[in-house]
Amino acid sequence: MQRFIIIRCFQALIVLFIVSIIVFALARFSGNPVDVFLPFDATDAQQLALERHLGLDQPLPLQYLKFVGNVMRGDFGDSVKWDGQTALGLVGQRFPATLQLAAIAMGISLLIALPVGVLSAVKKDTIFDYIGKVIALAGQSLPPFWLGIVLIFIFAVALDLFPTSGRGGGTNLILPAITLGWFQVAAMMRLVRSAMLEVLDTEYIKLARIKGVQEWKVVWKHALRNASIPPLTFFGIIAGQLMTGAVITESVFTWPGVGLLAVDAIRARDYPVVQTVVLTFAGIYILSNLAVDILYAYLDPRIRY
Amino acid sequence: MEITAPARKASWYSPSGLVNILREARRYPLIPFAILLAVLLIPAFFAQNIAPHHPTRGQFAERLTPPAWQEGGSMKYILGTDKQGRDQLSRILHGAKYVLIVSLTVIAISGVVGVSLGLIAGYFGGRYDMLIMRAVDIALSIPAILLALAIVASRGPSFGTVIFVICVILWSRYARQVRGEVLSIKNQDFISRAQVAGSSSFRIIVRHIFPNVVNSIVVLATLQVGFVILLESSLSFLGAGIPRPTPAWGLMVAEGRELVNAAWWVSFFPGVAISLVVLSLNLMGDWLRDRLDPKQRNL
Repeated sequence: MQRFIIIRCFQALIVLFIVSIIVFALARFSGNPVDVFLPFDATDAQQLALERHLGLDQPLPLQYLKFVGNVMRGDFGDSVKWDGQTALGLVGQRFPATLQLAAIAMGISLLIALPVGVLSAVKKDTIFDYIGKVIALAGQSLPPFWLGIVLIFIFAVALDLFPTSGRGGGTNLILPAITLGWFQVAAMMRLVRSAMLEVLDTEYIKLARIKGVQEWKVVWKHALRNASIPPLTFFGIIAGQLMTGAVITESVFTWPGVGLLAVDAIRARDYPVVQTVVLTFAGIYILSNLAVDILYAYLDPRIRY
Repeated sequence: MEITAPARKASWYSPSGLVNILREARRYPLIPFAILLAVLLIPAFFAQNIAPHHPTRGQFAERLTPPAWQEGGSMKYILGTDKQGRDQLSRILHGAKYVLIVSLTVIAISGVVGVSLGLIAGYFGGRYDMLIMRAVDIALSIPAILLALAIVASRGPSFGTVIFVICVILWSRYARQVRGEVLSIKNQDFISRAQVAGSSSFRIIVRHIFPNVVNSIVVLATLQVGFVILLESSLSFLGAGIPRPTPAWGLMVAEGRELVNAAWWVSFFPGVAISLVVLSLNLMGDWLRDRLDPKQRNL
């Protein structure tokens, strides 16, 4: 067990290292920031001076080492676009908004996916199962950005129930959270359904029924508990999807989170901020996968590497 | 159908024969296929012939005309016009071409790369497996949309960028699936017999293993076309996909975002086109999976 955890942590570190190289390289290739700072008629000497000031004249491996060293100390550099702010500070400021949105979205999708998934497994091939299938298909097929706009049109413009964009009270949260959570529902529901189908077919469930345990207890206690392992691994994937989804949802609803920050920063060629955002997102994704793997190994002792 | 074909031909004219044909037809996903034909395939090839107007040149005087059935709409522009007076229907019809080109290219490239790497990782195992699977982990942990935005920031939006970015993340799904299946096939008797008979590794992979995984590759590819279309249109929506003024569906939705108060039709109809195509592809993928890969039916 310990060996497994150590190996898995080591692998996660390697992945993080390679992602950091990719991020670094990409940022260096995405245009020269000197062009953004200086006016068109700047002389070559001025350009060189600025490059030296920013450390861009040094060889790339050295720049990378310096970058990693700084990152280790929590210094991701200063923002280029937002004056006087550090990149990490900016991400930190915006992070609560994204986290809030993601948490509510996750809650909404769990609230829908769990009961519908269980019901469509228990009542397989009935109207419940059919409705579940339709929800799953719709979730996988509607483009999230379009769904957001349609929701805005129906509930914010036509019915005037919610505000169209921005962050504020609780009503601002509902439409973006539904948009972000919707996509998760389908996949999660299918996983719950297939896991439940498998468990319901086992001997111990039959035994529980023979013993005369009430049906709701069999389903919601005995079966669901055992069926919750596969959906659990999905949480790692969801973490990644929520982040990608956050970029789209936040720009549809101008929600002031990390996703919107990333879009703005890349348009302004703000290197440090882009690096920080991508590294944060990749880091969260890798860590959540690691945590799920370890948890999984605890829950299901058959899994070893 | 293959078995009873001669017997049925004789009874074509009888009512029971017709019922039989209908029953036969119900086993195929005809409605999704019809939608696909109408929204994606026919427009992709014949947009020049069937579109009533030019896709990128508009009549500025007739901008933001509502769809025909709304007040102020006209039969000239059935689905209305956008803020540059371009006919929405013509743009959607022309947009199908780009959807088809991007998704087929991406599926082909990432399929070839992913399947080859998956076969190698699964068959040879050991160091190769370790290297390739870590690469899969990395590919899966890169936020695709951020990658696309970062590349677009330097080179501007282009078809090449879209295809590259989607391939970068998509190959890993093929590799992972194929590797898993190879692992379960590789220890079966017929493989060890081929080895004993002196077949080369290359021959075993191509002749004995590949035919056994090809079904699930076809299913995966069909299910992924929808995903690719969604990702491409998301990138175009963010301005990191297909460049303007190409009538890409995602771009058209984006152009209607700020008009949602005044002109709902600008972003509504292109989105309907995306949804219909992706929905039909998913339905066909499900159907294919049931036919070709019955062990995954419960997923």
